[in-house]
Amino acid sequence: MAKISELEASLRPPAMDMPPYPPKVITLASGEKMVVRQVEREEIPTLLEAIYPLLWVERDFYDIVGARLFGELLAYKRYRVKDEYVLAGLIDGVLAGMVNGRLVDEKTGMSYHTLTIRRGLRVGSHLFAAKMEYHIEHCGQEEVLIVAESPIGFRRWMIEYPLEKRFEVQHELGGVPSWVLPKETYYNAKPRLVSGTRPVSEELLKSAETIVLPGEETVVRQVAGEKEGET
Amino acid sequence: MKPVYIAGAGMTKFGRAEWSLIRLASEASRSALHHADLGEIPVDGVVVANMGAARVNKQTALGSALVDQLALYPAMAEAVENGPASGASAFKVGCQAIASGMADVVLVTGVERMRTVNGLEGTDFVASLSHPEAEYIYGVTLPSLAGMFARLFMDRFGVERKHLAMVAIKNHENATKNPYAHIQQTVTMEGILTLPEAAVNNPPIAAPLHMFDCCPVSDGAASLVLVSEDVAAKLGGPKVRVAGIGQATDTHAVHEREDPTDLKAVRIASEKAFGMAGATPSDVDVVELHDAFTILEIAESEAAGFFPRGEGHLALERGETALDGKLPINPSGGLKAKGHPVGATGVAQLVELVWQLRGEADERQVQNAKTAYACNFGGFGNNVVATVLRREG
Repeated sequence: MAKISELEASLRPPAMDMPPYPPKVITLASGEKMVVRQVEREEIPTLLEAIYPLLWVERDFYDIVGARLFGELLAYKRYRVKDEYVLAGLIDGVLAGMVNGRLVDEKTGMSYHTLTIRRGLRVGSHLFAAKMEYHIEHCGQEEVLIVAESPIGFRRWMIEYPLEKRFEVQHELGGVPSWVLPKETYYNAKPRLVSGTRPVSEELLKSAETIVLPGEETVVRQVAGEKEGET
Repeated sequence: MKPVYIAGAGMTKFGRAEWSLIRLASEASRSALHHADLGEIPVDGVVVANMGAARVNKQTALGSALVDQLALYPAMAEAVENGPASGASAFKVGCQAIASGMADVVLVTGVERMRTVNGLEGTDFVASLSHPEAEYIYGVTLPSLAGMFARLFMDRFGVERKHLAMVAIKNHENATKNPYAHIQQTVTMEGILTLPEAAVNNPPIAAPLHMFDCCPVSDGAASLVLVSEDVAAKLGGPKVRVAGIGQATDTHAVHEREDPTDLKAVRIASEKAFGMAGATPSDVDVVELHDAFTILEIAESEAAGFFPRGEGHLALERGETALDGKLPINPSGGLKAKGHPVGATGVAQLVELVWQLRGEADERQVQNAKTAYACNFGGFGNNVVATVLRREG
């Protein structure tokens, strides 16, 4: 790492040792293979580019999820958030979705956001599960604090896992009363909700080495769906 | 009865629409009127099919609203609500108007905008078609009825989950050839059934039915222009005649049926439609069935008379119902992938068949299609409308 000034060092939060997320591959309903892997700091600008057009998409709260995620990723890139990580789902290298979160301390994780670009194939569900897998299995945490900003998220996390209420805790996302995924619930849900195989073949890993962005129009169209019924 | 012809067909793309309910209906109607190319011939009547606008969109009297939107005054106008069979019921009402001599041109438009509410409310609104005291109050939904039906049907006839998946795979593939379809995504047997990931990709909805066994919740509209023989003679383009319509009912509560796996209303409605058409199932070249759930495509294909009872899944396995098979079923993608805006569905099925009979179905065209059949399945099989269309000339 390049040498940084004393002032800059004082502005950065202290970092814990975080294990890497080992990549995995998931076969989707379409038969396509999605590689889930960790995103490095230097790749963040690419993700920001993908999120940018979504900041004005109101459908399913993509605007607020996008805006907050944009800030979180920027903070990660510029060392202004403590112990954040980012995972991405890539199909033939093309960005299908992303998730992020951070470690509050050794025992507790804080889930931030799940943003799906390729919709209709449960990409978000797979990526959220990968995030929980990282906290519980790879970081060895006891629990993850979670909130949902959209009804879709509420169904996917609160109902499907199901999560427990921890309303006395204000989540970092807006101070919303938090829900929690305890380790035991995670392992109960794992057979239903967590999938993927390791190791990932060299060929697939290579295909996921560089993040390719779908065009801006494709991103908005996939996310927002039809603007109107076409005849 | 005077002959009835279909001179025009049009629809909006199914999916999630930003347009208002009446805008959807008017765009599909304009498309069908443009297709019919009526010139100066006036529209005498408008029939709108819809199930949930009063509840979901807070709008009633859709017939009057559509006439106003299209400036078709003083055409007579009404709306028809018959659950998911509203579309074919409205079509039947339109046909009756022409067959009786009361009208020469009738516009029939089915429309639904149900994605304005969330999934729970949408499921509840559709469940309101079930028996209020015997089903609804116990939490029955359409997926739960279909799940129980599927379990019984599968146990009795040896249908397996792979057969249900085959229906989904076929119809998703067909829908990729249909620009109006809601879902434009192929699925694979590995991805939805055989690989471990399938457990996440295709979660259970109402056992034994999983997500890819269920149709999506869609917005959309579809429209047909019905004309008398005199008007048809004045118009250009291929002539599609309404050869037969049959309608039949069954008990409201599914458990009151002697054999719940016997789709009696489908059987009787189909027999009536074929009788009126002077045809048999073996005359049919292309079929649209009401596959709100994959199991229904298999069960209806038997009840309508295309395959012996208990053998629909075997025909599917042999590829007979594929787009290039002996009897293509749901070339549009069906409700499963084209989508299911409930009030529009029955009309949309006939729109697809009109395009097929006119040779206008592009990539999904069934070659030399001359006779077509549709089954619009209302309630959970308690009110069914079957239609046979025939190309003339």
